[in-house]
Amino acid sequence: MEEICEFERLIPGRGAAALLPDGTQVAVFRLADGALYALSNRDPFTGAHVMSRGIVGDRAGEPTVASPLHKQVFSLKTGRCLDDEDVSLEVYAVEVVGGRIRVGAAAAVEASA
Amino acid sequence: MSEKKLIVVGDGMVGRRFLEAVVERDPSWSVTVLSEEPRPAYDRVRLSAFFDGVSAEELSLASDLPGVDVRLGQPATAIDREAKVVRTESGIHPYDKLVLATGSYPFVPPMEGADAEGVFVYRTIEDLEAIKAHAEGRRHGVVIGGGLLGLEAANALKLLGLETRIVEFAPWLMARQLDEAGGGILKQHIEKLGIDVACSTGGSKIEPTGGRLRMETNRDGVAFDTDLIVFAAGVRPRDQLARESGIEVGERGGVITDLTCLTSDPDVYAIGEVAAMEGVCYGLVAPGYAMAEVVADRLAGGEATFPGADLSTKLKLLGVDVAQFGAMEGPLAQTYLDPAGGTYAKLVLSDDAQTLLGGMLVGNAEPYPLLRASVGGKVPGQLADLLSSGEVEGALPDGAQVCSCNAVTKGEIMGAIGDGCHDVGAIKACTKAGTSCGSCVPMLKQLLAEGGVEVSKAICEHFTQSRAELFDILKVTGITTFSELIARYGSGGGCDLCKPAVASILAGLAGGHILEGEQATLQDTNDHFLANLQRNGTYSVVPRIPGGEITPEKLIVIGEVAKDFGLYTKITGGQRIDMFGARVEDLPKIWRRLVDAGFESGHAYGKALRTIKSCVGTDWCRYGVQDSVKMAIDLELRYRGLRSPHKVKSAVSGCARECAEARGKDFGVIATEEGWNLYVGGNGGFTPRHADLLLSDVDSETLVRTIDRFLMFYISTADRLQRTSKWVESLDGGIDYLREVIVDDALGICDELDAMMARHVENYADEWKGVLEDPEKLQRFVSFVNAPETPDPSIEFETVRGQKFPAGTTARSHAQPVLLGTPERLRQ
Ligand code: SRM
Ligand SMILES: Cc1cc2nc3c(=O)[nH]c(=O)nc-3n(C[C@H](O)[C@H](O)[C@H](O)COP(=O)(O)OP(=O)(O)OC[C@H]3O[C@@H](n4cnc5c(N)ncnc54)[C@H](O)[C@@H]3O)c2cc1C
Ligand code: SF4
Ligand code: FES
Repeated sequence: MEEICEFERLIPGRGAAALLPDGTQVAVFRLADGALYALSNRDPFTGAHVMSRGIVGDRAGEPTVASPLHKQVFSLKTGRCLDDEDVSLEVYAVEVVGGRIRVGAAAAVEASA
Repeated sequence: MSEKKLIVVGDGMVGRRFLEAVVERDPSWSVTVLSEEPRPAYDRVRLSAFFDGVSAEELSLASDLPGVDVRLGQPATAIDREAKVVRTESGIHPYDKLVLATGSYPFVPPMEGADAEGVFVYRTIEDLEAIKAHAEGRRHGVVIGGGLLGLEAANALKLLGLETRIVEFAPWLMARQLDEAGGGILKQHIEKLGIDVACSTGGSKIEPTGGRLRMETNRDGVAFDTDLIVFAAGVRPRDQLARESGIEVGERGGVITDLTCLTSDPDVYAIGEVAAMEGVCYGLVAPGYAMAEVVADRLAGGEATFPGADLSTKLKLLGVDVAQFGAMEGPLAQTYLDPAGGTYAKLVLSDDAQTLLGGMLVGNAEPYPLLRASVGGKVPGQLADLLSSGEVEGALPDGAQVCSCNAVTKGEIMGAIGDGCHDVGAIKACTKAGTSCGSCVPMLKQLLAEGGVEVSKAICEHFTQSRAELFDILKVTGITTFSELIARYGSGGGCDLCKPAVASILAGLAGGHILEGEQATLQDTNDHFLANLQRNGTYSVVPRIPGGEITPEKLIVIGEVAKDFGLYTKITGGQRIDMFGARVEDLPKIWRRLVDAGFESGHAYGKALRTIKSCVGTDWCRYGVQDSVKMAIDLELRYRGLRSPHKVKSAVSGCARECAEARGKDFGVIATEEGWNLYVGGNGGFTPRHADLLLSDVDSETLVRTIDRFLMFYISTADRLQRTSKWVESLDGGIDYLREVIVDDALGICDELDAMMARHVENYADEWKGVLEDPEKLQRFVSFVNAPETPDPSIEFETVRGQKFPAGTTARSHAQPVLLGTPERLRQ
């Protein structure tokens, strides 16, 4: 797990990007209720590393982020694109230890995805 | 049970539909697909959209199909029917059943020089890429063929910026779909767009001459010089595999099949364009889809046969609607010709004039879905009425086919609506109607209305209210945060539709900096970083240049900033300068320099007032009758920072010659001898509209007061992402009603509107200055929270024409057309 910043550094309801030592870019989102999610920062539709800059929200109760480029919506929980079932974002492990956010390697997502 | 082996040759549109149908009906087949193309199936029908900025990925029809093994780039080279195997370069594939879906190849008439460099065909994504690469830096192109395909190709060359000429052998365009009168009107439209049309002309020889091409024709002494030639003169079935293995082929090509798609070999089927069903080849996708369904059904043990083909076509090319449905000729015909308006319509009728047999439409195809669905039944109304409204209520019988691509009837659609499909998306998902060419979608909307479904004005799943209703709620209750609004009047947590819409309303009503507190979380990425996001994750920077007037000193500052930060610069269509390629962490440094030099945000990133263009007017011009530059500057400074349902643009011209193009703007001002004329509701963009005259010959004070009210009335009542043009059209009573409200104060709200604008003018503050003064807001301008000084390593640039461009620009060629679609349109 890689420590990235203070929990309080993130704005509730927005994301921020972090650069991992191996060069991977992870988008970390803090929701209004304090929940944290971490996904790949790369927009699979355009290849630009911008997912952290999307608007978060929910669709039918599922927490989501919308790509800021062409607005496809992804589940924050599973990384799955809700507008195109063939596309998904990698999900990363994320936790808060001593008030600081730590991000880990890509988490295993259910095989059924 | 031993495995049943199915081989499909060709992963095109029909092959792909067949695979989907097989997997759905009988998943026990083990399927191998041999595909010549390097990529999985894509939407060839929409191929030309590639030049409109739609990417290869977006055209893709690929889907994950369990049990299907697709071998890309491995064409079948031979069929050994005795051994029941198909050969490729690298292997042998045994089959129990074989399906040929090899489509067609473009027909190139035998002609000397047809293989010269710069001569192309128009069938695959690779063809289009090659055309694009060759067109780069060249001027002129010729399309051979004036049918459906030729017109598409001409459109493409036009999009690439080439002067274009169509050469057609027949005496008129689209001779297979249109009669002479229709072809004539179509030619008139196409020529108006600057495309040259030469009918009754055939190429006879192509000769490369000094880097260009010379095409000689069958007409004495007529030859053209050009840079590029595209053959779009028809297609021929790719029946070679079948032919060489002894399967029966037609006299004019195509693999002969019966109505079940079976060839002369009982284990081999042919579907799509390669099939000559009872000797007839169909060059459209809908009959191919029907064949795919028939074979899938047969392989699952069913009894399906080909239901017959609907060869109706509709296309919109270069903005011209053309449609043909049913029969082209018959005992009786009713025609409508308006050469000035550019409209031609013809209905073909039975001898008692009671039954519609077919027809064609040029220039206005609105009644097409209704007419096509009525073929074989009663004529659904008077031709002139149909042309003016495109609809006649309840005219369709239940059995009428509404979606011909997917063979869906009105009855099935009404059934789906009854079962709870209450929008177009749901009908598409449930019936497949509307998922191919899309021409039946307007009809689906009409049927929704007929089924009693009110089209919801709700902004999204979180609010049942429209934007205008939310505006009223926020104004009356004085609520100033999104979270309170959604808790009291909505549900859930919000999304990318409602958040920015509410943010825009709050910016106007509550004021304050748009990145203050919770408001920051509502903003689209452009507003969140006060800059426009580009394709590669960088941003563009547009300082305000009111009225387009700028001092040499300020020009130098822009030049220096661009140079120091390595930004690409361009003069925009809005009379100002855009600097592209800024990294997120550089934005504050760039703006520090700009703000210090007296620049302010140009709000190019916001749904807000953009630019007010001007012409030089009385200052310099010999015709000017008023000071248009000063008026434009005054107006731009008054309305800068005003947030609205969509962007707002304006222009001021110094006389009726209209050099500032004011009538293409949301509000436009044109000087007169006595004062000013005010026009409203103009639009460029996707659906251009000239602005309507609201007031004439008024003094400056009346002018400004009326614009104040116009803008505030718009902001209070328009829908989300509704430009003023659509808003004015949507007002019951149109421009006259608008005049009653904002000039005659018929609703008694003008004082309120005036007060709202006064508040805006008083509270305006530059957004970028606000950020630079606030360390907390500055914090977010980093690529990485854990490495604030590190730029995004994935962003790379290359140099083209002496400036910086996103890496890959050259490879993509930069004849990229502007993306016209808003996300909402793309999403549908
Ligand atoms: C830079 C510029 C092109 C240029 O190089 O000249 C431009 C660039 C863009 N235009 Fe434009 N438009 C530009 C002038 C225009 C004009 C001409 C004008 O304003 O006189 C028009 C037609 C006039 C009109 O709006 O009615 C125009 C009609 C559009 C449209 C279609 C709007 C419509 O109602 O159909 C869009 C799409 C949209 O807004 O949904 C669009 C959208 C865009 C976007 C924002 C596309 C996007 O979402 O990324 C482009 C972003 C620019 C950026 O990142 O900085 N742009 N665009 C021009 C900036 C003007 C300025 O100084 O602010
Ligand atoms: C620009 C353009 C616009 C069009 N517009 C319309 C329209 O508006 N409406 C409409 O109905 N139709 C339109 N069409 C026609 C439509 O695209 C075709 O009818 C449809 O694609 C036919 O599908 P298919 O699967 O039979 O052939 P294709 O889509 O051509 O697929 C055949 C595939 O088989 C492959 N293949 C061939 N030989 C072999 C081999 N030996 N081994 C392996 N693979 C092989 C080919 O490479 C190809 O990928 C248009 C076509 C074009 C080019
Ligand atoms: S609109 Fe009239 S005043 Fe303005 S530049 Fe053109 S001709 Fe001159
Ligand atoms: S008619 Fe083509 S999608 Fe319905």
